[in-house]
Amino acid sequence: MAAGPSPYSTSFAYEDKKLKVVGTKPLERPDAVDKVTGRARYAADYNLPDQLVGKVLRSPHAHARILSIDTSAADALPGVKAIVTWEDFPDMPVEHAASGELMINYRDTTRNMMAREKVLYDGHPVAAVAAVSESVAKRGLKLIKVEYEVLPHVIDVEAAMRSDAPLLHEDQFTKGIDPKPEKPSNIATRLESKLGDVDAGFEEADVVIEREFRTKPVHQGYIEPQASIANYTDGGQTEVWTSTQGHFVFRAQIAKLLQMDISKVVVTAAELGGGFGGKNNVYLEPLAVALSRKSRRPVKMVMTRDEVFRATGPTSGTHTKVKIGATKDGRITAAQAELNYQSGAFAGSSLPLATITVFTRYDIENVLVTGHDVTCNRPKVAAYRAPGAPMIAFGVESVIDELAERLKIDPLSFRLKNAAKEGTQTHFGPRLGPVGYVETLERAQAHPHMLEKLGPNQGRGIATGFWFTLGKETSATLNVGEDGSVSVIVGTVDVTGGGRSALAMVIAEELGISVDKVRVKSGDTSALGFNFMTAGSRGTAAGSMAVVKASRDAIERLCEIAARKWEVEPDQVVWEDGHARPASANVGDFEPLSISDLARQAGLFGGTIAGHAEIDAAMGGPGFGTHIVDVEVDRQTGAVKVLRYTLIQDAGKAVYPSFVEGQFQGGAVQGIGMALNEEYIYSEKGTLENPGFLDYRVPVASDVPFINTEIVEVPNPAHPYGIRGIGEVPIIPPIAALSNAIYHATGVRLRDHPLSPPKVLKAIDESEHAGIED
Amino acid sequence: MQKYHVTATINGDEVDFLCEPTQSLLDVLRDELHLTGTKEGCATGDCGACSVTLDGTLVCSCLVLGAEVGGKSIETIEGMAEGDDLHPLQQKFIDHIALQCGICTPGLLVASKKLLERNPDPSEEEIRYWLAGNLCRCTGYQKIVEAVVDAAAEMRNS
Repeated sequence: MAAGPSPYSTSFAYEDKKLKVVGTKPLERPDAVDKVTGRARYAADYNLPDQLVGKVLRSPHAHARILSIDTSAADALPGVKAIVTWEDFPDMPVEHAASGELMINYRDTTRNMMAREKVLYDGHPVAAVAAVSESVAKRGLKLIKVEYEVLPHVIDVEAAMRSDAPLLHEDQFTKGIDPKPEKPSNIATRLESKLGDVDAGFEEADVVIEREFRTKPVHQGYIEPQASIANYTDGGQTEVWTSTQGHFVFRAQIAKLLQMDISKVVVTAAELGGGFGGKNNVYLEPLAVALSRKSRRPVKMVMTRDEVFRATGPTSGTHTKVKIGATKDGRITAAQAELNYQSGAFAGSSLPLATITVFTRYDIENVLVTGHDVTCNRPKVAAYRAPGAPMIAFGVESVIDELAERLKIDPLSFRLKNAAKEGTQTHFGPRLGPVGYVETLERAQAHPHMLEKLGPNQGRGIATGFWFTLGKETSATLNVGEDGSVSVIVGTVDVTGGGRSALAMVIAEELGISVDKVRVKSGDTSALGFNFMTAGSRGTAAGSMAVVKASRDAIERLCEIAARKWEVEPDQVVWEDGHARPASANVGDFEPLSISDLARQAGLFGGTIAGHAEIDAAMGGPGFGTHIVDVEVDRQTGAVKVLRYTLIQDAGKAVYPSFVEGQFQGGAVQGIGMALNEEYIYSEKGTLENPGFLDYRVPVASDVPFINTEIVEVPNPAHPYGIRGIGEVPIIPPIAALSNAIYHATGVRLRDHPLSPPKVLKAIDESEHAGIED
Repeated sequence: MQKYHVTATINGDEVDFLCEPTQSLLDVLRDELHLTGTKEGCATGDCGACSVTLDGTLVCSCLVLGAEVGGKSIETIEGMAEGDDLHPLQQKFIDHIALQCGICTPGLLVASKKLLERNPDPSEEEIRYWLAGNLCRCTGYQKIVEAVVDAAAEMRNS
């Protein structure tokens, strides 16, 4: 999202046509039987003959200089076959690359996978061992002696921004400030995005509300820990099977970090056990390859849950300020926000994306958004479903709710009055095309949920969310088998479990054949041209553009074959309902030929039938959603029970509606967990105190109610089927929706996440003692 | 490290294996017997991805030592279907889109099967509480609960 769409990107205009397959619920799903029988192969399920087990030694300190690493005793342990430290990896210069929705910098990536001069967080890798068994590898780790000089550390964003804070990077000077500052700082970057004149806008307002919010980092919490198996053989031919959302991007990073040719590295994306943005970054892969290179044996590495929490993900903790002004009749005249986002040990949080989402749900003439990307002694943040958006939506949607109440306008009408729509000028550049925000608000107004009566200590909250759809490099190869069945190789990773089915449905629609005749498989990196990561809700949106192009390419071949058989020109043949037909009666009287007729005869009329696509899919198709939640607050314990939840979202076009519902429900429940319970808790020493599912509490089945879902379909004009990305929007509104609901249940506004029982209870107690609420 | 010799019954078959004293039943299933359908999500008994039954009791196999299952009977996800015939729960999980990434699915199926053995007609609330030990990060649980309700109804009527 950092760069705008390329003028060379592929865009297809929306085609309004009657659909037979897209929008239905086929029974075919290629991954399902393997998943319910235990046969699906995730990265940790792969094994190779003679493989070693690799384990990582991690820093116990939040911040320390590495004085020495002595591996001699571990080297001497029978069964230890290889050890790597920073000395085994070349240093990297500053070089940025896109890795999912966030950018990476190779100088930092090599330091994050293996600490060099300093360790920067509890869990930072300092060495890795490959041994004949896990128990030998663990004993090897214990024999490695690391001498540290412990340094003062800083964990929270506000503390890290102070001029006297312990510095992580002595050579980091804040970017985005002119002239360049003289002193280094933990503030890596300052960003600003501006529209109109906010001072004039606030002058015009009758009511101005300004509030401050804080959120704690949360983890993606995928159930499958990262796992990789690497096999480096003589000559440097390397194969890697790994848990990734983007095997092509990982291949490029492995090759770069280990100075190998990209063509020598083949990466297979194993079945993915959840990612949500957290599997957009290499952690184990370069270490496994380096250990395999050193030992000349395959090396398998699997993280423990403790390692997952301490050293991967999480999202940014944040400190934000939001100020919005409106006239008495409910028109927002100006809005301003400051976003201070933790990036963890290295610069590069979701701040640039968060900046885009701040006020984009509203049509506001005067906007000022500033932000700081701040390093601190935590793991480097990773993308997490709509990275950065839920935290700032918490602030903005809370202030919107407060303004609506102050102006005595109901919260949905207030949003409708100011809603972004086609033609709205955003504060970050483009004008919006057709979007479905108004439709989601109107459907919310009409929803039966709004008529449900609320009892004592119960309240209703509303909040909304916006996210974009990423395009980028996407490839597909479609092969028509000799019997007319179709196998398709795609380069996106099926992160939802429904991705392959959705693409098969689009292909079936294009070719006019039954979906059970189409098999979609994710190919390894040697099977296709480069594909970007499955991130930014692009899996089905961009993937389907590639398979449409590949299908139409194959249809040209099919028509050519029919033309040769009929001895007519290819442009005299059309493809309709899965058959080649004469374009008109003048062409001749020929029986239509089905895909299997043509496939069987292809050898006589030109050979193999295939279609290809290597596209840079055009970006766009913003998605909007409105959430309604009812809660009951226990005033004795501070516990919040979610009574009912409704989610209405514009999908553009739902290819496989049941899966879209599943994305909505899953995203909302992740958001509920983020809102009510999840948080990283650090000790005074800067070590993570809750690196496990017992104390880092994600929602369980009994925590959540049924999630009512409604799909709105306002077609994306830049997609042949009108598809928008749908996976990320659902996680954006829940913190704000729940906070607003808690307010309406208790009269207490919470601005400090998570909205956990101790915090809710404390806020209720304080308001009772104060007798008033601001 | 000296290994223990253990004989147990797994999915109805008598199985012999050697294991280190520190290896869990989960490690034995996955690493020694290559029954990788049982998943590791946490290895601390908090996520339920490694659910199996041990002499009919639902357990987290990460909390059981391999060396202590001698003479016992273990049922894993690999034993749930009979050939191509899926168990009704497996079929209903597919029909209701109760799985997305699928990593939690084997554990949820084993746990759900045990629930329906104990209670053939559980309420939605009973299902949610019984499955509260099995984390799913993708689905938000709704379609899982629907699948279990539907499978229970079909099993009662068959």
